[in-house]
Amino acid sequence: MEQFVAALTIFVLAIFVGFEVISKVPPLLHTPLMSGANAISGITLVGTLITSGARLTTLTEILGFFAVAMAAANVIGGFLMTHRMLGMFHSK
Amino acid sequence: MPKEEALIKLIYLTAAVLFILGLKGLSHPRTAVRGNLLASVGMLLAIVATLTDHRIVDFRIIIAGFVVGGLFGSLLAYRAPMTAMPQVVAIFNGLGGGASALAVGAAFEEALKGEWIEEITIQFSSSAAAAALIGGVALTGSAVAFLKLQGWMTEKPILLPGRHAVNILLLIICIGLSTWHVLGYTPFLFTAPVAAADGLRGGVVADDLRQSFQQQGLELSAELHVKSLGENQWQITDATKKDTFVVRLDAGQLTIHDRSALPFWIMVGVASVLGILLVIPIGGADMPVVISLLNAYSGLAAAGHGWVLNNSVLIVAGSLVGAAGFILTALMCRAMNRSLANVMFAGVGMAVSTQAQADDIYAGRVKSASPEEVAMLMDGARRVVIAPGYGLAVSQAQYAIQDLTKLLESRGVEVEFAIHPVAGRMPGHMNVLLAEANVPYEKLKEMDEINPTFRQTDVVLVIGANDVVNPLAREADPSIPIAGMPILEVDQARSVVIIKRSLAPGFAGIANPLFAADNALMLFGDAKDMAMRLSAALKES
Repeated sequence: MEQFVAALTIFVLAIFVGFEVISKVPPLLHTPLMSGANAISGITLVGTLITSGARLTTLTEILGFFAVAMAAANVIGGFLMTHRMLGMFHSK
Repeated sequence: MPKEEALIKLIYLTAAVLFILGLKGLSHPRTAVRGNLLASVGMLLAIVATLTDHRIVDFRIIIAGFVVGGLFGSLLAYRAPMTAMPQVVAIFNGLGGGASALAVGAAFEEALKGEWIEEITIQFSSSAAAAALIGGVALTGSAVAFLKLQGWMTEKPILLPGRHAVNILLLIICIGLSTWHVLGYTPFLFTAPVAAADGLRGGVVADDLRQSFQQQGLELSAELHVKSLGENQWQITDATKKDTFVVRLDAGQLTIHDRSALPFWIMVGVASVLGILLVIPIGGADMPVVISLLNAYSGLAAAGHGWVLNNSVLIVAGSLVGAAGFILTALMCRAMNRSLANVMFAGVGMAVSTQAQADDIYAGRVKSASPEEVAMLMDGARRVVIAPGYGLAVSQAQYAIQDLTKLLESRGVEVEFAIHPVAGRMPGHMNVLLAEANVPYEKLKEMDEINPTFRQTDVVLVIGANDVVNPLAREADPSIPIAGMPILEVDQARSVVIIKRSLAPGFAGIANPLFAADNALMLFGDAKDMAMRLSAALKES
């Protein structure tokens, strides 16, 4: 229960921070915002690493491999693409 | 808490702070590149810290996953043309959601083997179900969005009969399976003599119970842990074989059960079907909403994964992304004056007006012009505004438009761009395309900013946009699908030139009276081709 309340606290506060920070992003940058936020959602990678490296069962290893590959594509591709996109925005 | 664990958690905190600072950086183009770098550094920190975990004993699968995923991701990121950004974002979205679904499944399978956690709590199993449900929908929903955006599937809504009922039924099945999964599905394996229960009470496995296992072909190792799960129920975990059994004493016999993740995996399958069915009835021009919503889902799935693992950085990062997705979803809906429910379920995008209505509006009033005439018109203008739409992306006209802009500016014409929030196939799509063609971002004006200036504008060039400049949106008639939608008020300018292949209706399926307005001229043709011919005509004059 203690853990649950702590997790809920973090969750609710993070959503508020998210709303505050992201509502300041201008429409000009909405595409990079989306792809950058997308890359951040690849944080799920962190949770997949232990599964893949722990050598428990064949099933968890297979699941782990696909989860790592998918999340790594999301993270690496997402950040690189956002970088490429932002490099195109320039001032007069 | 051991020192190493505390250190890892502190690094996670740093990563979470970097994510927030990174998103904050995106509030201005000048700080955006640095913001993205900060967020990626945060991600790197979180990954490296996790790799030091002592539970990781073999790096081969991790490396293989990184190589496969990294190559695929970077290839896509570098090779995809800017016009394809919406579908690339859809792919990444789906991969993130799918990864979360698989990862919580793996975490549950591990827990069934008695690994990592003391017991399967309700928080653990219910957040696993939620993350997998949302992640599964994000995975297949994004796949359908990708197919539609890539043109491998019709962009038109596919309306199946009884689709609402089917969707609700699937959702109920998902919730039912999740409940079953949370309560614990323990299929019966075999029975054993009651006498062995005494051994279980004492915390050891009696020899006759061990023999019963053996008769079933289940060899138990010497390293067994017995745990009481309440009265007359025990859990036996074989630490060597990584297997867990539930033993119950009821009605005078001892029954042996195996806890199974079957309801969980069936639920993931049903959620994946639901994801497909939710997106196929949504038309192409509503994709900005869908992509934003799927983005929110992939964030929520990651947050759910964080609940499963009790990992704060996953919760923080996931909620940030969830918030971003929901904000964009709300903005896109508002820009179309439609509710989310209307976008998701109404199946907008089927032809509404008949040919007769269109003829009625257009008959004898549509004036067609040649590029030379339009070039002359623009040459004498003081201020020109370009209003782009999805047609610009389709014909890859961004560079040709920039050449035309430069040419006009060299002749002393002031040129700006009017960007409608839902122009294109994802939020901000037009901005990225024009930035790619070197249009300085100061020239890319939001709708609210540019609308008051149309009265002082000599020529508006509408390129590949239709519904977002349709004056019918001002009518309150509910039979008009875009009624009440805020539009670019281009008809207030002195003249409006519309580059368009034909008078075919836009996504909303209705005719556009702008094309027949007194101050409007049609320039029939491909956007890129016409922009180039306008430039050529300007150079000659």
